[in-house]
Amino acid sequence: MDRGPWIKRSPAPFLFTRRQTLTPTRPFRGEDRTVALQQPKIAVKNLTKVFGDPPAPALKLMEEGHDRKEIQQRTGLTLGIADVSFDVAQGEILVVMGLSGCGKSTLIRCLNRLIEPTAGQVLIDGEDITGLSNKDLLALRRRKFGMVFQNFALFPHRTILQNTAFGLEICGMGQDEREQRAAQALQLVGLEGWEQAFPSQLSGGMQQRVGLARALAVDPDILLMDEAFSALDPLIRRDMQQELINLQARVKKTIVFITHDLDEALRLGDRIVLMKDGRVVQIGTPEEILSSPASRYVERFVEDVDKTQILTAGGIMRDARVLALPSDGPRTALHKMEKESFYSLFVVRRDGTLEGYVWADDMGRAIEQGDRQIGPHIQRDHQTVAPDEPVSTLIAMLADSRIPVAVVDEAGRLLGTIVKSNVLAALAAGQSDQAVTAADAATAADKTSEACS
Amino acid sequence: MNHDFPFFGKFPLSDYIDDGLDWLTDTFSGLTRAISNVLGDGVDGVVMLLSFPPPWLVILVFAGIAWLAAGRRVAIGTAAGLLFLWNLQLWQATIETLTLVLFATAVAVAIALPIGILGGLSERFHRATMPVLDFMQTMPAFVYLIPAIPFFGLGQVSAMFATVIFSMPPAIRLTILGIRQVPRELVEAADAFGASRRQKLFKVQLPLAVPTIMAGINQTIMLALSMVVIAAMIGAGGLGGEVWRAIQRLQPGNGFEAGIAIVILAMILDRVTQRIGRKRGS
Ligand SMILES: Nc1ncnc2c1ncn2[C@@H]1O[C@H](COP(=O)(O)OP(=O)(O)OP(=O)(O)O)[C@@H](O)[C@H]1O
Ligand SMILES: [Mg+2]
Repeated sequence: MDRGPWIKRSPAPFLFTRRQTLTPTRPFRGEDRTVALQQPKIAVKNLTKVFGDPPAPALKLMEEGHDRKEIQQRTGLTLGIADVSFDVAQGEILVVMGLSGCGKSTLIRCLNRLIEPTAGQVLIDGEDITGLSNKDLLALRRRKFGMVFQNFALFPHRTILQNTAFGLEICGMGQDEREQRAAQALQLVGLEGWEQAFPSQLSGGMQQRVGLARALAVDPDILLMDEAFSALDPLIRRDMQQELINLQARVKKTIVFITHDLDEALRLGDRIVLMKDGRVVQIGTPEEILSSPASRYVERFVEDVDKTQILTAGGIMRDARVLALPSDGPRTALHKMEKESFYSLFVVRRDGTLEGYVWADDMGRAIEQGDRQIGPHIQRDHQTVAPDEPVSTLIAMLADSRIPVAVVDEAGRLLGTIVKSNVLAALAAGQSDQAVTAADAATAADKTSEACS
Repeated sequence: MNHDFPFFGKFPLSDYIDDGLDWLTDTFSGLTRAISNVLGDGVDGVVMLLSFPPPWLVILVFAGIAWLAAGRRVAIGTAAGLLFLWNLQLWQATIETLTLVLFATAVAVAIALPIGILGGLSERFHRATMPVLDFMQTMPAFVYLIPAIPFFGLGQVSAMFATVIFSMPPAIRLTILGIRQVPRELVEAADAFGASRRQKLFKVQLPLAVPTIMAGINQTIMLALSMVVIAAMIGAGGLGGEVWRAIQRLQPGNGFEAGIAIVILAMILDRVTQRIGRKRGS
């Protein structure tokens, strides 16, 4: 297997603008025509899944053109996906997008028959797999598919190494060889040294990478990735996206990638499939989707995502350079606030985790009373968000808040702060502005954690 | 007052059951007697094996096993408890009871595991077993002794039979639960990598169910131990026999001694098996 520095930091992870997404960044898009001539790696033909038994009435209504809601009301059956057709070329990354519940997970599970399709065909390398016997199906899954799950689905009773080697173990590979290959896969995702740990000892992002390593270890032709990066923090997420692109340039997997995130779809996708209520609304290159959205739905999707969805708390937060320590005295705290003309100040422990905040008024009173410590005056009713929280949530949070919202990481460390004007500025500004702000914030966040430690 | 049902005579349920049991004993008595002999010999053999060496040596071995399975504290507790039983002159009875309980548990688990696995994997089988389990558990344990005697004769094997039936349900229930509790997405992940049913069972479902299954086995052991006094009524001997004799002779002191011995044995078995479950679970 090709080994590379999976987690090497790209030089400026945030200096990413829409213009760059629109320009072909990879050789693949230039090769469109040659690829189109080859046999598709995956061909999906009129694929339909009806949840519930018997499915026939739902199929009939579907053919008559009724939508999912109507079918649900009339028959009680759920239309998971309806009449979906598309091809995926060898070496292509196909991104499937759509709102929650539109059938993305159902679709990707039909591709390796984790969910049995009700009607239609799935052709892998020209072979229809919908009719395969159980034995052939197992062989096909072992030989051709690797899968990464939204919820990681790591085995809690196995070490990281054993988890990663699972697919190879299923294929009957000997212990030494499979563990060696699993170790390589772990290296590929930047997790060397964690082989003997158990999943519960790893952060969400690391678990997600183990999931990826487990899929890569079997060296599959096809990678099915169901919101594979959604648990990662924005920095690592961008690195992973970049490395997936790099990896793709070397090993040419065929990837079906599900995401909610337009930004991610634009970065990764050679083509994007947009779904709604189980049906495909549009298939096209990112450029096509952005420049000529096929329907109001797509348009709205693109629009919404542009503003409040694509902007995240981590992207617009400001440096929290001026902070108090719990051991500070009220005079120190007040002095810091006066210098910045703040009414309140966040209090951060030595390890960078957020303790609470203090009011300037309280500090004045504390000094009068002769208090030595700010401890008793620390308030704790502040609001916190994760860096990947979309701005839409922030707007509601900030509406009636007198103090800034704190952006904290998984460990509770303060990364930055957000006030109303940050959000307004970010929404008013264009995409490129955001990139700059975000880059600022990123360096600032680094500084903050240095300053706090 | 006459409480007879006014419309028609008594439904002869007891006659039917008697006839059925008679038929079963007649038909299978050869087989059941053979089983009885084999198991009886096995139990006797183990009892002899444990009675032969000096008690301190056996205590040392048990403490060692407890140490390996559950750590130092449990090992010390085991040694102290067994020494106390030895001192109470209940050593022989303890060995008999322990052997009977462990044999009964082994048989119960050997039957319960496959049934539990089937029930965990198949919803239909699960639904079919549930009423049977309810029946087995709620039927007063004494009742099992009655048919056991014609099948297996008086003594240990009949006691074991009743004990097995009475103590098996939790092992089955918790095996079913343990397997059904395995998160769906983990089974799906195994499927996605092409695992066969057997690979799924042995590499994912069973290992993840171990803590729950061990909890079931623990309960089975406790129930088996709770049967020893009842089993003594048909001549199973052991600590239950001591209690039974004390009851008949109105010797409260002796009765309590044997009762406390049962409690000590229960605590030892409980702590050791509980730790095994937890250690594997983490
Ligand atoms: N096993 C099932 N039984 C019945 N209905 C199901 C089942 N699985 C999914 N559905 C329904 O099918 C529809 C599509 O679900 P699916 O999980 O594919 O959505 P999704 O696009 O992946 O959503 P998300 O982005 O939230 O993961 C939903 O309405 C869901 O309720
Ligand atoms: Mg999904």
